[in-house]
Amino acid sequence: MSNRFATIWFPYLKTDWFSVRQPNLINEPLVLVSPDHGRMVITAANKLAKGQSIQTGMVAADAKAMYPSLTVIDDRPGLAEQLLNRMAEWCIRFSPAVAVDGDDGLILDATGCSHLWGGDTTYVNDITERFRKYGYTVRVAIADTIGAAWAMSRFGNDKCIIESGQQSTALLYLPAAALRIDDDTAARLNKLGLRQIKDFIGMPRSALRRRFGPKVSKQRRTEGGKMGTGDEDLVTRINQALGIEEEFIQPIHSPPPYQERLPCLEPIVTATGIEIAIQRLLEVLCKRLKQEGKGIRTAVLKCYRVDSKIEQVEIGTIRASHHAEHLFRLFELKISSIEPGLGIELFLLEATKVEDHSSLQETIWKSAGGLQDERISELLDSLSNRIGAGAIRRYLPAEHYWPERSVRPAISLDEIATTVWKVERPRPLQLLVKPESVEVMAPIPDYPPMNFRYKGKLHKIIKADGPERIEQEWWLEQGQHRDYYFVEDDQGCRYWLFRLGHYDDVSYQWFVHGLFV
Amino acid sequence: MPALKADIITQLKKDILALQGFRPLVHSQQMINLGTINHSFPNAQFPVGVNHEFICNSSESLTASSGFIAGILSSMLQKGGAAVWINSSQIIFPPALVSFGIDPSQLIFIHIKKDLLWTMEEALKCEGLTAVVGEIASVDLTSSRRLQLASEKSRVTGFLLRPHPRQLNTTACTCRWQVHPLQSKTTNGLPGVGFPCWQVELEKVRNGKPGSWQLEWSNGKFQVVDLNDSSISGEHKKAV
Repeated sequence: MSNRFATIWFPYLKTDWFSVRQPNLINEPLVLVSPDHGRMVITAANKLAKGQSIQTGMVAADAKAMYPSLTVIDDRPGLAEQLLNRMAEWCIRFSPAVAVDGDDGLILDATGCSHLWGGDTTYVNDITERFRKYGYTVRVAIADTIGAAWAMSRFGNDKCIIESGQQSTALLYLPAAALRIDDDTAARLNKLGLRQIKDFIGMPRSALRRRFGPKVSKQRRTEGGKMGTGDEDLVTRINQALGIEEEFIQPIHSPPPYQERLPCLEPIVTATGIEIAIQRLLEVLCKRLKQEGKGIRTAVLKCYRVDSKIEQVEIGTIRASHHAEHLFRLFELKISSIEPGLGIELFLLEATKVEDHSSLQETIWKSAGGLQDERISELLDSLSNRIGAGAIRRYLPAEHYWPERSVRPAISLDEIATTVWKVERPRPLQLLVKPESVEVMAPIPDYPPMNFRYKGKLHKIIKADGPERIEQEWWLEQGQHRDYYFVEDDQGCRYWLFRLGHYDDVSYQWFVHGLFV
Repeated sequence: MPALKADIITQLKKDILALQGFRPLVHSQQMINLGTINHSFPNAQFPVGVNHEFICNSSESLTASSGFIAGILSSMLQKGGAAVWINSSQIIFPPALVSFGIDPSQLIFIHIKKDLLWTMEEALKCEGLTAVVGEIASVDLTSSRRLQLASEKSRVTGFLLRPHPRQLNTTACTCRWQVHPLQSKTTNGLPGVGFPCWQVELEKVRNGKPGSWQLEWSNGKFQVVDLNDSSISGEHKKAV
């Protein structure tokens, strides 16, 4: 069977990406710019912009002068590479071997693939259609050789399928640049009047080689797998396009998912059976994770039942872990929620989120104690799997005076405080969830109250400190200020009272906000 | 001969204490200085690696007990380490812990309404922790024994706050305390509120002597004070 290759060309890759994110840009001329020698130079333009004869390499200011309605967005370095790599992974559905081609295309080894779609036409249409649905303009061509497919996708007319063995006839009327030669060679060919491939394809190879033969390899690109124009000489390119010389692609490898399967001969119905299955799966998975220096953050266990229902349980960890025993304990808590029904015939354990795990650090901290202790994160894992992670908090200071905002929950166990705790003023140990309204008797403005009634009990104030005025942070919330008093009643109980608003105001109110030790 | 007998008796007493969960402290840093209160405990050391129970009949007394625990925790966490604080009703305001010499980020707060005993036991089993504080109203003998055994095994000190307990049942905790807030003392009757003061009652202690003290938290440590001296009464008179 002859080889078949499909090439996908994205004429507006980066601008399409921006249009997908901001749909209002679709009907506007759009260019991407990046700084170059102190000027903003256009690096990509969409179809509408190109229609107005805006080319890449122009200075953005010039283009803007010509077309004031032009939308200009800053380019992101490395965007094309990232996009193509991700698309190449996605394209594995069309062919097992996919390679990234330069900075605007993909090459698929479609040998023996297209018949699964019912022929080349439907294969190509499916690829085009799927990309269009995601908002990308693509041109797809399929041929026996990479060279021919590349030429057809970039320079060909609507016909994008070259029948097997027809590449030499198909290429005849394409320009010389379609052969993936460098700009220099293309210009020289053009100068000599050899504008189309048919003009020189029949020439003796030795004559072509003499004039356009291999250059002294001074700027030869040796990047693996990336096909760029201009790294081969003309004769090689002709031979590659015609299929006389073989060309290879370096397909991308998608990392195998962190997943383990355990099929069972007999359906499993008991909790002990499930336990054994989990242990086995974890053992294999953790061994692999350990070798790669990774740890599980979240994992899912799927149990495929005989009656084709799927039971699944999920666990999460605070720190990446590949400690099989610990992970098993987390699953153990959830086993009771698995309903085996008539039996489970397949267990599938998948680590849905994996992070780097450094075992070196673990040994350093083992004895040191503190929050870095692995045992604490293991404890919190098992707690959060039963009571929910939201109930577990660690607090760090925040730069706010308003009491409710002066602390914030820490994101992770390792997070350290970016600011210091404010300790100049006394703060109550117990803060009420919501300040509770109290009735008071206050003699003079800015003096602490004489007594107050809280929960139906009258408290006579003997000692007091204050006021401490805390203003509402107007950039966050509108409201009146609070005047806080630290008071002690005749029983020795200490409270944190505040008056909302000025004493002179008609509607000021007193609240109790906390209890001191 | 009598000297020999006395030696044997001291040795046996020590063995009995060890069997009951009191192990002499290995590290001196774990010593908690409670002043004269220390003489009430076996070996004259604040028992760590056991459970302490605090009966709180009012929310004021709950806060006062929390403060007393914070004072004890501060010397426990001096050399690093971490503690878990389980709450069911009260909300601890972390900045207040700073005045007790605790870095609040060393504490992990858990706020739950159910599974309290399970959470407390799991936390007590974790050897990486220094102490666990749990606010659990009802604890029966069996569950308190589970907590005590977990504590003795892992050497993690447990503090059980019992707000408004329905009944004062027997528990397996080593100590039972009651802490009530007291009027603070100011020097020479100066205005303002003084250092936190409590009436601390050690109602029950295994192999020790119960007692009652008036404690003040000042200058980063506990001080046993007598509040019936002149300055406070002077203040009283003025206020009344």
